[in-house]
Amino acid sequence: MLRLEKRPNPSKFWLYATPVVAVVMTMIVGGMLFAFMGKNPVEVIRTIFWDPMFGEFAFYLRGQLLVKAGPLILIAIGLSLGFRAGIWNIGAEGQYIMGAICGAAVGLAVYPTESRLIYPAMVIAGALGGWAWGMIPAILKTRFNTNEILVSLMLVYVAQTILAKASTGFLKNPEGMGFPGSRNFSSYPAAANPELVAGTGIHWGVVAAFAVAIVGWVLLSRHIIGFQIKLSGQAPRAARFHGVNPSRLVVLCMGISGALAGLAGLFEVTGPAGQITIDFNVGYGFTAIIVAFLGRLNPIGIVFAGILMALTYVGGEMAATNLGLPAAAIQVFQGMLLFFLLGVDVLTNFRIRTAILGVK
Amino acid sequence: MTRETLLDIRGISKSYPGVKANEDVSFSIGVGEVHALLGENGAGKSTLVKMIYGLVKPDEGTMQLRGAAYAPAEPSEARNLGVAMVFQHFSLFEALNVAENVALGMENPPPMRELAARIRAVSEEYGLPLDPSRMVGDLSAGERQRVEIIRCLLQDPKLLIMDEPTSVLTPQEVEILFRTLRQLSAEGTAILYISHKLEEIRALCDGATILRRGKVVGTCVPRETTAREMAELMVGATLTPPERRATAKGEIVLGVTDLSAASPIPFGTSLKNIGFTVARGEVLGIAGVAGNGQDELLLALSGELRTGADRIRINGHAAGDLGPSERRKAGLVAAPEDRYGHAAAPDMSLVENALLTGAIRRKLTRNGFIDWAATRSFADEIIETYDVRTPGNHVAARALSGGNLQKFLIGRELDQSPQVIVINQPTWGVDAAAAAAIRQAILNRAAEGAGVVVISQDLDELLEIADMFAVLNEGRLTKPRTVEGLTIDEIGLMMGGAHGMEVAHHAEA
Repeated sequence: MLRLEKRPNPSKFWLYATPVVAVVMTMIVGGMLFAFMGKNPVEVIRTIFWDPMFGEFAFYLRGQLLVKAGPLILIAIGLSLGFRAGIWNIGAEGQYIMGAICGAAVGLAVYPTESRLIYPAMVIAGALGGWAWGMIPAILKTRFNTNEILVSLMLVYVAQTILAKASTGFLKNPEGMGFPGSRNFSSYPAAANPELVAGTGIHWGVVAAFAVAIVGWVLLSRHIIGFQIKLSGQAPRAARFHGVNPSRLVVLCMGISGALAGLAGLFEVTGPAGQITIDFNVGYGFTAIIVAFLGRLNPIGIVFAGILMALTYVGGEMAATNLGLPAAAIQVFQGMLLFFLLGVDVLTNFRIRTAILGVK
Repeated sequence: MTRETLLDIRGISKSYPGVKANEDVSFSIGVGEVHALLGENGAGKSTLVKMIYGLVKPDEGTMQLRGAAYAPAEPSEARNLGVAMVFQHFSLFEALNVAENVALGMENPPPMRELAARIRAVSEEYGLPLDPSRMVGDLSAGERQRVEIIRCLLQDPKLLIMDEPTSVLTPQEVEILFRTLRQLSAEGTAILYISHKLEEIRALCDGATILRRGKVVGTCVPRETTAREMAELMVGATLTPPERRATAKGEIVLGVTDLSAASPIPFGTSLKNIGFTVARGEVLGIAGVAGNGQDELLLALSGELRTGADRIRINGHAAGDLGPSERRKAGLVAAPEDRYGHAAAPDMSLVENALLTGAIRRKLTRNGFIDWAATRSFADEIIETYDVRTPGNHVAARALSGGNLQKFLIGRELDQSPQVIVINQPTWGVDAAAAAAIRQAILNRAAEGAGVVVISQDLDELLEIADMFAVLNEGRLTKPRTVEGLTIDEIGLMMGGAHGMEVAHHAEA
């Protein structure tokens, strides 16, 4: 019989080892899944994890990694603050969409004016849009004690409906020959978010992601607010004793995560996506939840986790086109990663003891 | 009057890690006897009755029920043998009606209609008015207790154990209950009555066994014994108030006037019109049985529970509406009772726990940025000064033993040069040496001019360190009086609660 025994001190070793173990276990079990589907598991795993970085088309795919990792990192860092405090914002996808719509709307409203101020104004509008969408569950929670998990999740579907309305209605390109979707920002330089260094995939969103990672790390390890966030998650009564106002913390964390998700949406829609379409969002808001946990809710860890997750996106697409793997199989693969991570995570605070049956 | 012995207990001992809950306890209860089990909090009463009810197994000793060996493995076995218990905390479902709740506790419940008829019959027979079809959520505490009692009576028990039954009752309800208990006793049901309310025991019980620190310290016939004699046995006759140093009263550093607050804790006790003052160098001891508002009083003083601004004054400044951080800034530090999760974050290191309350008065942050070097040296200072046994300051708080963590947490508050110190249960679960060190540290701070409020359930402790003494009872505080000249009799009466107030209060309600 296996028995779990609580460690007197959390294990430093397992804190860092669990993500690695989780990735390895995902590869093994995922490989078994692919084998069941009649694919060569080694080839699939290599296509997902190796080829994007060192394969034939790596010169192009490496850039794609940062394009995908940027929004994931940006959103995940915002989420990680709330998750540490025990505030569960599951609706980053909705905040991401609303940020994109608000930011894009500002740019499209002044089309075709050219000014240096336009893009910064759009960035601010994007952050505000995401922030406002995050404030809805925050205020409902603090005022009426609703569950932020449900409210923020439901608001994703509201945001998706608004997005559909935007791309076919109020933000539709008037010169678009009736096709859904807004004007393309790539042909509107004042409002575009181009690749800053050719071939690297770096755009303003990626720059923002790395900057936010550094700020997040300083906040959590050096600032009293970071301490209060951790304290609230670990010992809520001790946090109140310390002087944390729980409502204020909910508003703060939901606001930060909403604003960062909104920023990610704005950078995406003006850059890689190029325009508001009914499906420009590809689920970054949900995948970022996995990234946040995979990165141990630690900003630096999240940077690595974001890149790893981007790898499964890019490599997954490769596997889909080259090996005919269904997209759902890649999603199962990503889900497995979170599953194993949370499972192995137990080892940080517990150790496994073997006990002979019948003997206590 | 001699009675046939119903339950005979011989040499029962029970230890938990670090504490002897019961040591060589012997007593017996006769058929139809109302027997009191008397003792302070932590004297071992609950452990003893849990063993009789089969919830806990004794380490040593034997029990006999009507001459046959009795060692119930679980409560259902005890119930089958005719032992029933009414707990202090009820286990009822508010969304179900009375009959449904009673049925849930039975192994083979009869059809609902029949059960309702039986409940009605028993409630009429014993003068406990109760409608079986009413929702429990709509019942008063006294009525809920009747549900529990009737649940027991339906099993036709030979021994009924009642744990602090009157703590939730109005005086009128107490009268009804006593009539029922006397009737049961006359019919031959023995009652083991646990309480610390001396007057009740004198009114009701035929015999009493008095426990102190897990041991039987005496037996008596309550009707022939004064409350004073019983209180002395309960508290310990060796207890002589220590010499008080004559302190000149300084100016008032903490003033509380007419403080009332609803409890934020589920099933907590609301604070009612509390008033006291503490002067520089003065130690106010607040005694009382657990659950009478101690936790709420600490929350109200620490700032976790806010009240009207002028209800609490720190150094003369209105502070009732300030949060914990602002109160620390104003000079008040507090130490809650619960170490794991309230006073300390168990999974965080001692350094982080030092920051938890030390950030403000020790200036451990600058513009919100934490000075970790200063925080580490603050933690080391506490560890050094208060002799906290730990491998280092990086250790998680939960890894320390209770006594060591308590020394750390009390030290953390005392080393912030506070003007007002509020501590709930400074030495709960702490070994004697550590407890003495903590008390000495508190007295040292008082000698340096801090005003101190110590809330404790340990009377010896309060009499040792306090200058002023008051009792918290059902959320009300008695008028503080000097410890000097305080007799055991008076303490017993203050704690046992012959509150003139009470009757008037309930008459209003």
